[in-house]
Amino acid sequence: MSQRLLIRGGRVIDPSQKKDRNADLLIDEGRIAAWDPGDVGDAEVFDATGWIVAPGLVELHAELREPGWEEDETIESGLRAAVRGGFTSVACLPNTRPPIDTAAGVQFVQAKARQSRLAKVHVIACISQNREGQQLAEIGGLAETGAVAFCDADRPVQNASLFRRALQYCQMFDRPVFNFPDVEELSSGGVMHEGLVSTILGLPSIPAAAEDVMTGRDLRLAEATGGRLHLANISSAGSVELIRRFKARGVPVTASTSIVHCVLTDETLRSFETRFKIHPPLRTAEDVESCIAALIDGTIDAISSGHAPRATEKKMLELDRAPFGMSGLETCLSLAATHLVRTGRLDWLTLLDRLSTRPAQVLGIEGGSLKEGAPADIVAIDPQAEWVVHPDVFASRCTSSPVAGERLYGQVAATWVDGRLVYERPGSKT
Amino acid sequence: MPRLDIPELEHARNHWTRPHLLDLESLSLDELVLLLDTAAVFKRVTQGCTRHFPLLKGRTCANLFFENSTRTRTSFALAARRLGADTVDFTAAGSSLSKGETVTDTARNIEAMNVDAMVVRHQTPGTPHLLARNVSCSVVNAGDGPHEHPTQGLLDIMTIREHRGNLAGLRVALVGDIAHSRTARSNIWGLKKLGAQVIVCGPSTLVSRRWEAVGVEVSHDLDAILPHVDVLNLLRIQFERQAARPFPSVREYALLYAMNRERLARAKDNIVIMAPGPINRGVEVTPDVADGPHSVILDQVTNGLAVRMAVLWLTLSARDRTT
Repeated sequence: MSQRLLIRGGRVIDPSQKKDRNADLLIDEGRIAAWDPGDVGDAEVFDATGWIVAPGLVELHAELREPGWEEDETIESGLRAAVRGGFTSVACLPNTRPPIDTAAGVQFVQAKARQSRLAKVHVIACISQNREGQQLAEIGGLAETGAVAFCDADRPVQNASLFRRALQYCQMFDRPVFNFPDVEELSSGGVMHEGLVSTILGLPSIPAAAEDVMTGRDLRLAEATGGRLHLANISSAGSVELIRRFKARGVPVTASTSIVHCVLTDETLRSFETRFKIHPPLRTAEDVESCIAALIDGTIDAISSGHAPRATEKKMLELDRAPFGMSGLETCLSLAATHLVRTGRLDWLTLLDRLSTRPAQVLGIEGGSLKEGAPADIVAIDPQAEWVVHPDVFASRCTSSPVAGERLYGQVAATWVDGRLVYERPGSKT
Repeated sequence: MPRLDIPELEHARNHWTRPHLLDLESLSLDELVLLLDTAAVFKRVTQGCTRHFPLLKGRTCANLFFENSTRTRTSFALAARRLGADTVDFTAAGSSLSKGETVTDTARNIEAMNVDAMVVRHQTPGTPHLLARNVSCSVVNAGDGPHEHPTQGLLDIMTIREHRGNLAGLRVALVGDIAHSRTARSNIWGLKKLGAQVIVCGPSTLVSRRWEAVGVEVSHDLDAILPHVDVLNLLRIQFERQAARPFPSVREYALLYAMNRERLARAKDNIVIMAPGPINRGVEVTPDVADGPHSVILDQVTNGLAVRMAVLWLTLSARDRTT
């Protein structure tokens, strides 16, 4: 791809350089060649006037479900959803069938992702063999094959000794250990957050302590071992407070929250609709506020889309039989623009830092930057657009969305990966 | 079809608008009173629900029970027949549910047999709400897990009304397994709307302090509240819904909360004692109290018929108007 491209006239926001100004970006050989170049000769021109031009978003931990759960999502459908949502890199979780706990499993996902020619994929491999929480997987070999992090996904390691060993062992390969903190003994059987709403509805519930107790365990083990810990999809005020305290002590921990946990509460379950059954559960307004405050002050480093697709027919079951899960990649940026930027809580520069630059740093990957020489992974955002979420036209196979029918502001207009246009909003081309 | 020459019934039909009865929480005070008054009329004109009153002749009411029940199902079936409707029974055992069909598909299939009303009992909260969104017949909640059991709430309140008249200011204690009790939730909303003071009482693992946030008094000490209550509703311990036993032993529970002769002696003279049944005799209530002069347990059963006649007739009438 020697064709040069000029993205002209946009408001370029690059959190990695703390830049937010109007500029033209020249892309050459799939990389950022120059800001405001002079003569660009025969370069193709893309007019981004009125739009925000930013580093492509980086999803820290999405489920892509392939191999094994193709009825929920495939690597291709998930990546198609990703680029529509402005994501140029996706780190994917190993809750597949079989779980990704071998080099061959990593290579399968990498090959599928390359074939799709959409977003880049980085594999998060299992901490434990077969995700059973008993013995460490072959972390060294997995890291060598390209696994960027280790995590047992929606089956967090319950055994504290094993988790401690994982934190120690991963240090040799300079890889973070990801965990979705949840003590099974406290959460088992629960459908929603334990609070006034669950008390009224009579639904089996999950106390915030299920998250907080393991958050505390993990933080203390990270401090004791010096291992790199990433706490994923933090949703409770209690966990936020613990992370804030341990960060102040210099413990090497990063954290993320999912965008819906900054927007929705457990009140949504009053409709008894399974699209609100997600994990961790939607909590109270106080928890939402706490997550937003943590995003502002940096206690929470990054925002995830919370993408955990489950087939529509599975979500049609009764609340206790339906699985946790939701489609999130295609609504993440607009939800954040609507509920964090438009409300004045976060400026665009900070939001894009939490959606792109910081997650790339947590994963230790290229991306999240528009510096000269960086890969031309770029998103153009139309900040004025207004649209209504219709999950039936999602690219994702999962049409269960907790924000179906919502009116959102701001929309992805175009996405480039290595300088190649991989998504353009229909009717956007000028 | 008998002429509707009873003014109260005509008034009720003209003012009731809901094609479904899913819970008591969302009802207005007017709607609640209308239901109770209609049930009282049905009880009167059928002479204690012994006579037929065929307002629903030619209609079909289906009982969809995904969970065991004897008395509620029988009561609904009998109420439908007293109104002249045909009834059909569907039980989960041996059904296509065991073949993996979704509950919505099951309901749609039953509905396709030209059913006018569906009485649904299910172990999962919200399932009647789910079905109401997906079928066009009337849906009546006959108990959705621990969430609500609106007709049970109505018949309990109807019984209190018969014995004590106006509910405003009355102190009603719900004792036992509040966490897993749909009867408790329906009672709480209904009683509060009518101005009663509601106390929930039982072990702290089964009675959440969170109820205080909606204006319900919370107690863990039956002996402390006993002298001040006008009505005691003794809820069954739902052993089958408890994953882990929330108290050390049945013996200890009975020591702390069983309504027995000694406790009755410390209660108000005119206390009304209720139980939604089935009861675990000796656990929630001793036989001498259950069968004693303060007990209105059998009135509750009769009133259940009247309430269910009122609910079936009103919801079906409302549905006729919307379709």
